[in-house]
Amino acid sequence: MNCEECHEREASLHFTKIINGEKTEFHICEHCAKEKGEFLPGSNSFSIHQLLSGLLHGDGHVPNTPSSNFIPPSLTCEKCGMSYYQFAKIGRFGCENCYKAFDSKLNPIFKRVHGGNTLHAGKIPLRAGSSIQEKKQLQQLKQALQQYILNEEFEKAAETRDVIREIEHRLQQGRDT
Amino acid sequence: MSLERFISDAISPWMKREGPESDIVLSSRVRLARNIHQYVFPIAADKESAHEVISAISTCMVEDNEEAEKLEMLMMEELKPVQKRVLVEKHLISPNLAEQAKYGAVLMNADESVSIMVNEEDHIRIQCLAPGFQLEEVLHRANEIDDSIEKNVDYAFDEKRGYLTSCPTNVGTGLRASVMMHLPALVLSKKMSRIIPAINQLGLAVRGIYGEGTEAQGNIFQISNQMTLGKSEEDIMEDLAGVVMQVIQQERAARKQLQDGLKLQLEDKLFRSLGTLENCRIIQSKEAAKCLSDVRLGIDLEILPGISKTILNELMILTQPGFLQQYAGEVLTPEERDIRRATLIRERIKLENR
Ligand SMILES: [Zn+2]
Ligand SMILES: [Zn+2]
Repeated sequence: MNCEECHEREASLHFTKIINGEKTEFHICEHCAKEKGEFLPGSNSFSIHQLLSGLLHGDGHVPNTPSSNFIPPSLTCEKCGMSYYQFAKIGRFGCENCYKAFDSKLNPIFKRVHGGNTLHAGKIPLRAGSSIQEKKQLQQLKQALQQYILNEEFEKAAETRDVIREIEHRLQQGRDT
Repeated sequence: MSLERFISDAISPWMKREGPESDIVLSSRVRLARNIHQYVFPIAADKESAHEVISAISTCMVEDNEEAEKLEMLMMEELKPVQKRVLVEKHLISPNLAEQAKYGAVLMNADESVSIMVNEEDHIRIQCLAPGFQLEEVLHRANEIDDSIEKNVDYAFDEKRGYLTSCPTNVGTGLRASVMMHLPALVLSKKMSRIIPAINQLGLAVRGIYGEGTEAQGNIFQISNQMTLGKSEEDIMEDLAGVVMQVIQQERAARKQLQDGLKLQLEDKLFRSLGTLENCRIIQSKEAAKCLSDVRLGIDLEILPGISKTILNELMILTQPGFLQQYAGEVLTPEERDIRRATLIRERIKLENR
């Protein structure tokens, strides 16, 4: 496939841009990518962030001043001082708290970047995650319980129910103390 | 320095082992992005906070850690530009860490199959490499290192969003898995232009050898996952491995077709490329990469006997600007590099014929 800019070199970069809900395929060679300036300063790599920034803005329109757009001023991270406007411009969070500060705006972004997904389904840190892991286990056990009941495996269902009660009890106690 | 010595310094020891499916898959890599709870991300960090991050990681990985292998730490600010360039060409650090990060560092093990970048875009980027198609092994290894770091530090993690990363494209698992593949027959038979969009549609990325924004030099393509949120590590790996297996089969079928249908033309092409490499006096990186790809195909198809398989991997790295300059011991203009490159390749091939 040839580059859409120069129609000469082989396109080596392939992207999908979503503009006003419309999907546009975008094929370009490395040379033209550089020319277009879609490039991290000082870096040799085509910037996924620049591209992401385009996605975050939707129509590609970048407001001139933070106050001139629809984003309420409260959307600024208290911890690192990054505003949502800055985040949208550079496509990167300044700290973990930014995730909380911009939470109301993140689902559409994550959906676009991660094929419709907004919730984590992978590894949980061992140390910080013990209660998270228990909650997860609880969910799985409850699903298993439903299955046992459907299959009329009542002995297994009773055992599973006891385990669920035990974990729920433990989580409850953890919350009280 | 003798050429043999230089090659052995330039090639990471892990590359010398042969891995599964190594006629097509050159290497497998996994990267985990992690940040430490409470510290702002590198992009927003001042010198003090960046140094605290470095010391937190060096304490748990260099001093405390008994299980993990011994890791050596290099501070970016203490390295010369050409040294950093060489680390990039060996895929041990990213161009971003070499050129941009203010307070960057890298920890490496002796055979260079593990490198941990500190203060790149995220506080921690654990990278594990292995020869051939070994995604499960590299993920397992990266997970072990991840667990051992986590014993000493709290990660920035959220129940809903997973591992919190600087870029929204990495959030969730923080996992980027990639496989480097040599696909000359698919390119030659013009099938690659149809395969790439198909792979993209499955949510995977296809790129050139040096990552984002580089061309597929020498018919080497890197296939990696794009999504990091909403799927488990195992599912991400399974999806990627499935696609890689299919591409392997397609490449093998295309090689067989070439051999059956166009044997003489193929032999002619491959022997000519070997001839170019043996005799060139000036060669640009693009032509060198193309000829090396042909020679490697010739080795895999047993058309060109008596040349070692690692020659492609070696020379792809050795003929990069950083290595050429290190070998020359001086800064070279592009024209001088083309001459040095030709000399280096000729000498390397002579080593085979002895
Ligand atoms: Zn172009
Ligand atoms: Zn913040």
